[in-house]
Amino acid sequence: MTEAKTRRAPEARADEPARLILLDAADNVLIAVRAVAPGDLLVIDGAALAAPENVPAGHKLARTDLRAGEKVLKYGAPIGAATRAVARGAHVHTHNLRSDYIATHSREEDAT
Amino acid sequence: MKGYLRQDGRKGIRNVIVVAYLVECAHHVARAIVTRSDDLDVHLIGFPGCFPNKYAARMMEALCAHPNVGGALLVSLGCESFNRSALARAVEASGRPVETLVIQESGGTVASVAAGVEAVRRLKRAAAAEPAEMSLDELVVGTICGGSDATSGITANPAVGRCFDMLIANGAACIFEETGELLGCERIMAERAATPELGEEIRRAVEKAERYYRALGFSSFAPGNAEGGLTTIEEKSMGAYAKSGASPISGLIKPGDRPPGGGLYLLDVVPDGEPRFGFPNIADNAEIVELIACGAHLTLFTTGRGSVVGSAISPVVKICANPDTYRKLAGDMDVNAGRILEGGASLDAVGEEIFELVKATASGRRTVSEALGHQEFILTYKRFEPIGPACLPRAAAG
Repeated sequence: MTEAKTRRAPEARADEPARLILLDAADNVLIAVRAVAPGDLLVIDGAALAAPENVPAGHKLARTDLRAGEKVLKYGAPIGAATRAVARGAHVHTHNLRSDYIATHSREEDAT
Repeated sequence: MKGYLRQDGRKGIRNVIVVAYLVECAHHVARAIVTRSDDLDVHLIGFPGCFPNKYAARMMEALCAHPNVGGALLVSLGCESFNRSALARAVEASGRPVETLVIQESGGTVASVAAGVEAVRRLKRAAAAEPAEMSLDELVVGTICGGSDATSGITANPAVGRCFDMLIANGAACIFEETGELLGCERIMAERAATPELGEEIRRAVEKAERYYRALGFSSFAPGNAEGGLTTIEEKSMGAYAKSGASPISGLIKPGDRPPGGGLYLLDVVPDGEPRFGFPNIADNAEIVELIACGAHLTLFTTGRGSVVGSAISPVVKICANPDTYRKLAGDMDVNAGRILEGGASLDAVGEEIFELVKATASGRRTVSEALGHQEFILTYKRFEPIGPACLPRAAAG
């Protein structure tokens, strides 16, 4: 989709855990500071696992296994609900997270 | 800091001459006058519509009598609905020199442009003034985010929030906005309101925004937001909300209302009543114009994907949230808040840097977009009811 999705930062090394940000203790998603590739080492709440899939820089990945319908929390606040089960470490985005307010639109739709 | 003292007691941080077209039919002539004047402090503004609109009239009045404006040239075709005499009288009453050029009575394009260039020269001379001492408690600062991505809510927005807290502690008035980009924040925002009644007004304003956007079928969320890692409007909202800092919310205002004193204000930009004229704000600059109409001397603009815009009348300070974007667009940015992600600076340090830049900009230093000649401006049709007494509790009590 975008160049950022495939680009790896030069300093990223497979043997070091990916840098992840937890914005609020209540959150069930983490932010990838740099793009994560499948197999990269993730350390989530002290437990190591291999990244199951690509997560572009700045995007979210699941901190815990999420159930379908479960509220997704970021900044300690609900940002929508999971539309299907999401495994720990997986990418959380428009394919599995929906707004509780107004649905997100893509470039293909128009106002008419 | 130095400011230009105006008759109403406010001070401006620039001494701009505005050339204002009063209908799209006068746009070309007005733009030619600005281009020929070749002066960074001669700005083009205007309203394109031929039908009357109270909001647009009020906005044009507030903009032509903005503290950063020293004088105004009104450019009319001649037959449009806009009440040019009322606007000219209002600008004159504000103590500013004003001239009106009517194209149908001035010999058409060539003669009107020549007359307009002369008028701008006269206005520049008439508006010339020595700046006086100005303090932070006389300053009004707005903030907006545009081209947001997932870094915006982690770096640039909370850094602006830190800067807002410092400005407010020094008595400045700070304005954040776009209730349509605060969906999901209504409860926590209401808890920060100075009074429970104001909290209720804030909740109602966000509900109105949700109804309005729902009726239009879109939230205030661009495809680039999703490409940048934001998934839902409430996620974007929480990131945008970080710009407001941690100060109590002193009031809820609408476009053209001026903060009655220092403190933090929420600007409600979503029209009242049934959706009538389309999207509340068709692009970022429409929101910047409304912040300026509330008296903002300058605007702090955070961007993740990378916006390049500036504005007519009030300088725009660009704060880049994303370090990759900064590397691509460094020539358009004033602050690299992406350093926070890469370990090069703390949120507090970048907040302090923005605070210092606000003071430097208010003292006359050009921002990057200003020096590049960015003077974007959009004003379209809207409709608002006046705010209720609960919206400004301190003013109502005083």
